[in-house]
This record gives sequence, C-alpha cells and structure tokens, in this order.
Amino acid sequence: MSLLGEDIMTEEGEFVINIGPQHPSTHGVLHLKVWLDGEMIKKVQPHLGYIHRSIEKMSESLSYRNFIYATSRMDYLSAHINNQACALCVEKGLQVEVPPRAQIIRILMAELTRLSSHQLWWGCTGLDLGAVTPFFYAFREREAVLAIMEESCGARLTQNYCVPGGVMYDIHPNFQNRVKDVIKQIKSKFQEYDDILSGNVIFEQRTKGVGYLSPEDAVSFGCTGPTARGSGVSCDVRKWFPYDGYEKVQFKEILETGGDCYARYMVRMAEMKQSVYIIEQLIDHIPEGDFQAKTKAVIKLPKGEFYQRVETARGELGVYIVSDGAASPYRIKYRSPNFSNLSALGHMATGSKIGDLVAIMATIDLVIPDVDR
Amino acid sequence: MFLKEYFGTIFRSVRSLLKGMKLTGYYFTHPKEIHTEEYPDNRATLQMFDRFKGEVVMPHDDNNEHRCTGCQACEIACPNGTIKIITKQELQPDGKKKKAIDTFVYHLELCTMCNLCVVACPSDAIVMAQTFEHSVYDKKQLKKVLNKPGSKIMEGVE
Repeated sequence: MSLLGEDIMTEEGEFVINIGPQHPSTHGVLHLKVWLDGEMIKKVQPHLGYIHRSIEKMSESLSYRNFIYATSRMDYLSAHINNQACALCVEKGLQVEVPPRAQIIRILMAELTRLSSHQLWWGCTGLDLGAVTPFFYAFREREAVLAIMEESCGARLTQNYCVPGGVMYDIHPNFQNRVKDVIKQIKSKFQEYDDILSGNVIFEQRTKGVGYLSPEDAVSFGCTGPTARGSGVSCDVRKWFPYDGYEKVQFKEILETGGDCYARYMVRMAEMKQSVYIIEQLIDHIPEGDFQAKTKAVIKLPKGEFYQRVETARGELGVYIVSDGAASPYRIKYRSPNFSNLSALGHMATGSKIGDLVAIMATIDLVIPDVDR
Repeated sequence: MFLKEYFGTIFRSVRSLLKGMKLTGYYFTHPKEIHTEEYPDNRATLQMFDRFKGEVVMPHDDNNEHRCTGCQACEIACPNGTIKIITKQELQPDGKKKKAIDTFVYHLELCTMCNLCVVACPSDAIVMAQTFEHSVYDKKQLKKVLNKPGSKIMEGVE
C-alpha cells in the first residue's frame, strides 16, 4: 500500500489522500496531496507540472511580436491583460509612445476581461460550494462580455489583441453601443448576485472565518490581487505603479480586513463594480487618432533587462525580459500571480476541515495553466 | 436573550434562503428571459461576427485568381510553423522569370488563430474565415492547400 512512494497511513495515524489532478473542484490539473487526521487537514502539498508547456523557454526562439500570443494560454481568463503586460514590456525596451486611443482601448478591454473573469469565478465559487444556479446567472452576463471581445478582437478568450505599439486593429464600430448595453445589463444584475449568493446563510456559514490569512502571511507568501487585498494588504498595481494611463482613471482599491474566504469574496464582488465604473468613465471618451504606434518590421530590443508588472484579475503579473540585442529575447521570466497565491494554500488550509479546502481554493481563484506555464 | 438570538438566527437564515428562492422562482416563471442558443439547431441562421478568427483562407475571384505573391512574410510571422509556402519560377509572356507560389500549405492543426499572418501580409492575400466546425476523423485532412488548383496571381499585384 503505497502512494507516491509513501504509505497511505503515516506512523502518527495521519491519512494521506490525493485531491486531483482530475478532480472537478480543482479547476484544472492541480494535484494536492493532503494529510488528514480524521477530517482535519494537517498538511497540504501541491504537486505541479501536469500542464507545463515551457512557454518561457519557447519564447526564447520567437520574435518580440510572436511570443505574446503564448501568454494568452497562461492565465486564459485574463488573456488580454497578459498580452498587455508583454506588449508594455517590449514598449519599455523600445521606448515607444503608445497613442492615447490605444491606451484607452487597452484599459477598456482589460477591465472587460477582469469583469468576465470575476463573473466566471463567481459562478464557479457557487458551484464549488454546492450552489449550481449562480453558475448559470454568471455565464449569462459573461456571455455578453465575451461577445464584445469576439466582435472587436475576433476571439473570445485568447484574443492576442495587444501588439507592441498599441492594439492589432481598431475597435469595431459597434463597440461603444454594445459596451453600453452590456454595462447597463450587468449593473442591473449585481443585486441578483447579492441576493442569491452573498447573503445566503449556507454560503456565509461555509466562508466566514474559513481559511484565514493574516496580512503578514499574505506578504511573506507573496500573495497579490484579491487574495492579498482580502487580508487588507494594499497591492493594486494599477494604483501603485500605474501603466497605460490608469493614473488618469478614478477608481477605488478595494480592501477588506477579514482575511477569510468571505473577505476575499467581497473584494472580488466590489472589484466588479469598480471595473464597471472605470468602463463608464472611458467609454464616451475614446480619443481619435492612431490605434498603433509605428514600429519597425523586425523589433530588436537594446541590450539590457526590462521588467513590467500589471494587475491581472488574480494579482500581479510580472514580465521580465533579458535582451542581448538580438531579434528574440535572451531570457523571459513570468512572475505569475497564481503560483504565489497557491503557495499560501497550505498555510490557509492547515487546521480546517477537508470540505473547507474547496472553499479556500475557490476564493483564491486558481488558474492552473498560470501556475505551471 | 439566548432564545431571542436563537430564533433571530433562524428567521434571518430562512429569509436569506427565501430571497434566493424568489429570484430562481422569478426566472422559472419567466422563461422568456432565459438566454440559450440552440446550437446546432440554429446552424442555418447562425451569424458569426465578421472579425471572428476561424481559419486562414485565401480568397479567389471569379477568374480563379488570388493575390499571393509568395513573399513568405506570413511564414516568417507565424509563431508555430503553421504556414509553408513552396514557390516556383514562372515564365512570363515577355520571357522573364518571376517568383510565384506553387502550393500554400496551411496546417490547421497547428494554428492558434493569432492573426499575425493576416496582419503581416503586404498584399492582403489571406484573411480569416468565420468557419469554426473543424473536427475531422483524420489528422491529415487538417493539412490544407489554400491556393486552388490552376489559380494564378491577380493582375497588378506586386
């Protein structure tokens, strides 16, 4: 009786089970090895590598225009923001001014991406905790947001809309009207979200006080995004290191001090409203002009190191490019938010019940391809 | 005091459940607000967005002429090696030889629909089509030749 070379029952009487890699509640191929004492979790150990595609190594043989598309496959729910991070990093090396129109389009698309990502998360959180109906309500609005993406970018998830210097092509003539319609629809549905899940007694009992993460631990584990902001750590890259003109937009950084699953839930619910607020400010003020700055056909970055961070729907994504002056990067490293957030999972889950593990995983909002890359 | 709190909790809990049930009940009694798309029954009327990236195609006009000069810009722009262009030397009427495409091979199974080839093309020879039902039984069927047999390059395209 052995399991990965170890006994199922340890000498202290702890029971070892595997959750995943094919478990529906792990949202992908996450493999968690869990040590249990009865129903209490003693230790959680994530096993990675099931969906490793060597995107970083692959990018070393691609040109600066070509490597961007692969980042859509990392955190596929915030694909546009990943592309934006890469484009910004290349622009930093080239020292290209992005036209204001392209900047506004990028912000609008990024916030729409954040909105759709949080909507999917909201539905899946309900699903993980046993409520099936929210999933359908979430996908109803998400579908409308993805239709905007499909109309302007040509794809629903893996858009590849950002290119060094701006965006690939101009927005669709229908874009503004469609966004306004969708925003109106979404705003009227926020109350429904709260009615069906936020105020539900079963949901509250399963999330309040579960998976506590102190602010100190959030910082030491390197958590970012809503996971850290649920513990009261101010870490919004859009506020601290504004990019693409986020400094001109008004929005609030959402902070909750609870540190439990419910606090992280409330952060994301409020972030959706902030995204809508940002879109409302910009949708009528898209400046005229070019949607793309002129760049050379073959992009060559000067010798050096370039780093750019952005706020994806899950936290801080960092793109680090080392260039030796050639047409393709010498080395690329992505600092992905999910990898750091996952590292805090063991700490959060230790001492809670096995059923709470799913609630904790749901509110960290893990996307496994981003963990492995 | 304890009893008041006890029954208060029960009351609040039941109310929160009823609030949720009211919402689901509303949609149950209003089937017109339910959003579903009846694919594949609506195949005949289904209209994709004009920018939707389904697959790369090479448009030909009525005279079986395309716009591809065989410059291989798309082949260089492709990150996955999806496109392979085999060129040939074609004899012009005035006796000069000119580069032209023999076969434009497109591997749909490798394509990620990133649109970089279409953007890179200097003569607008390839575009994205809105088809999306690509499933076949044999992988070989996904290897496509985009230029039609016997096709020529259009007059005036350099």
